[in-house]
Amino acid sequence: MCPQATSVQTRPSRYLAYARRSLLVSIWFAILTFPIIVIRANTITGIITWRWHNIGWIIAGTFFGSWIWGYFLERKRLGTRAPAGPLRRRITALRGALDRLKQRPQVARMSVVILVLAVVAFPFLGGMYQTNIMTTALLYVVLGLGLNIIIGLGGMLHIGYIAFYALGAYSYALLNFHFGLNFWLALPIGALVGGLFSLAIGIPVLRLRGDYLAIVTLAFAEITRLVLENWSGLTFGTAGIRNIPRPAIPGIRLTLPQTTTFVYFIMIGLVLLTIFVVNRLENSRIGRQFVAMKEDFIACQAMGVNIARTKLAALGLGGMWAGLVGVVFAARTTFINPASFTVWESIIVLCTVVLGGMGSIPGVITGALVLILVPEYLRAFAQFRMLLFGAILVTMMVFRPGGLIQKRRRAYRITAEEQKVVAESGDLSIQG
Amino acid sequence: MVLDVRALTMDFGGLRAVDHVDLQISQGEIVALIGPNGAGKTTFFNCVTGMYTPTTGTVTIARPGSEPHNITRMRPHLITAQGLARTFQNIRLFPEMTVLENVMIGRDCRLSAGIVGAILRNRKTLEEEEQVVLDSFRMLEIVGIGKWANETAKNLPYGAQRRLEIARALATEPFLLLLDEPAAGMNPQETRDLVALIRRLRFDHHLSIFLIEHDMSLVMTLSERIYVMDYGKLIAVGEPAEVRRDPAVIKAYLGEDVSA
Repeated sequence: MCPQATSVQTRPSRYLAYARRSLLVSIWFAILTFPIIVIRANTITGIITWRWHNIGWIIAGTFFGSWIWGYFLERKRLGTRAPAGPLRRRITALRGALDRLKQRPQVARMSVVILVLAVVAFPFLGGMYQTNIMTTALLYVVLGLGLNIIIGLGGMLHIGYIAFYALGAYSYALLNFHFGLNFWLALPIGALVGGLFSLAIGIPVLRLRGDYLAIVTLAFAEITRLVLENWSGLTFGTAGIRNIPRPAIPGIRLTLPQTTTFVYFIMIGLVLLTIFVVNRLENSRIGRQFVAMKEDFIACQAMGVNIARTKLAALGLGGMWAGLVGVVFAARTTFINPASFTVWESIIVLCTVVLGGMGSIPGVITGALVLILVPEYLRAFAQFRMLLFGAILVTMMVFRPGGLIQKRRRAYRITAEEQKVVAESGDLSIQG
Repeated sequence: MVLDVRALTMDFGGLRAVDHVDLQISQGEIVALIGPNGAGKTTFFNCVTGMYTPTTGTVTIARPGSEPHNITRMRPHLITAQGLARTFQNIRLFPEMTVLENVMIGRDCRLSAGIVGAILRNRKTLEEEEQVVLDSFRMLEIVGIGKWANETAKNLPYGAQRRLEIARALATEPFLLLLDEPAAGMNPQETRDLVALIRRLRFDHHLSIFLIEHDMSLVMTLSERIYVMDYGKLIAVGEPAEVRRDPAVIKAYLGEDVSA
């Protein structure tokens, strides 16, 4: 009951304090959930069943949940000052061994080879169902990496990202329907459409930040969906567009499983392209500007960075990827309608970025794979999916706010020779 | 004359924070702006650097050897590109970036690499990047924190953070450096080092310096001319010895009842 006094308290009494607190939490929770957990009213027969045993489960579950939660919170609060238990020592030792292993060049080479083999072999070993799931996950990897430019690097809370995905998908579907445009031409057009629309909504919201920007972008996504739903003359409304051609290689007829594999490899290619481009952007002048703008936009401006241009660059470069994979999405499912592009989809992409680690490429990839693949394989728990989702996100935010794989800043090496040159030229005339 | 401010006025609604202030700085001068809390010093700074748009008045700057240039109502990043650089009263570094990267942002307005260059990594971009690293490192050496180049900025000791702000401002190639309370929170030793640094910047690097400061010993030893503000108005201008004796200044600092 008195968390401030923990430093003078002995260990057992501290645990007792948790226990008391947990008990209170569980009783409170039992009262809160009483109407839905205990009472079941059958409105047809008019019989009310009292399921008292459920309350026991709730109390027990909440008690232990709360106790463990409190324990970990305390550990986190103590940080490194906490005495290392045997488990923690073992984890540290394991981590050290892993780090040493990673530094060996053979190990690095081997893991790359294994990864490449696994990626190539996957569709042949996994079958169509697995390949489809993986392709979906890869779509989200690209979406996550794209949104990461806006949120992770640029620091703009954008909740309408899926709108650009929708625009990409619709531009392929419609251009194909009216003009017979093929998939390969549609790809760059989709990217262009995504990027341009992202810029277009960026201009009016240049002054907005944080929550305000989030609300405007959220509204934009909803407006886009509503327009797609109601502008029946152009978009065919809620009925959607069907029979969108799958990606094809000219002159070769692919069976359905072959096409599935083909799309998988297209996505692998696009993921690699995204990683390549995002990585280069990150380690460049523009990437630095993004991060500086996110960290302190006033100082950034005062140091001579054009904030408006930098913001628009982040939005345009981010929106592009959604438009690009939107085309793939349309081609893969062969049918699109506005229901595929709800705000919920935006939130999932946002979650992949936050869960994985803002600004970190491996983090976002991991986040996307986890968030898309885990629910697929946990179909059995489908009912609890959202609950689990929420629990995971809250836990992450409390215990690892930087994400699964946190971003590390790059270190620059300045050689001794260069240092000497610098030391000798002491004056400020820098042009040289 | 590197900076010429004429009748600068800044209103916030009904409040006149800066009231018809005239201020001139010559090449190579160290000028201080002092005044009690809330006198409008930082607002004045913000008007000059473009963070605020002044209600009336003009701000003109001239890089030594060039024509004067009216910068009133210009956007802050353009003013910085013109050769005015500033630091902040409450340190505003990019806390999660490394020390070197902080300075590299200062170099930004002198760079030309674009998005295409970033993706293609052509020779020009690579050479520019290499040069930025070296130039930025040089700035760190000038203010004496080169050994911390790859440290995260927020982990630096307080005094070093202040120095980093100066290094970052220097990286923009200014001819006039505006320092907003550079010695705030420093211990006497750090303040002495700061005075030496500012003098060196002026003599070795030919900068003009304009600073706001509360530490009177620093102001009196360092500055050649002092402007005193109170309630948004300029109440005295002159050399340190004159200003120190000025009855209006004494009244502003110590209150009505104390007779000088």
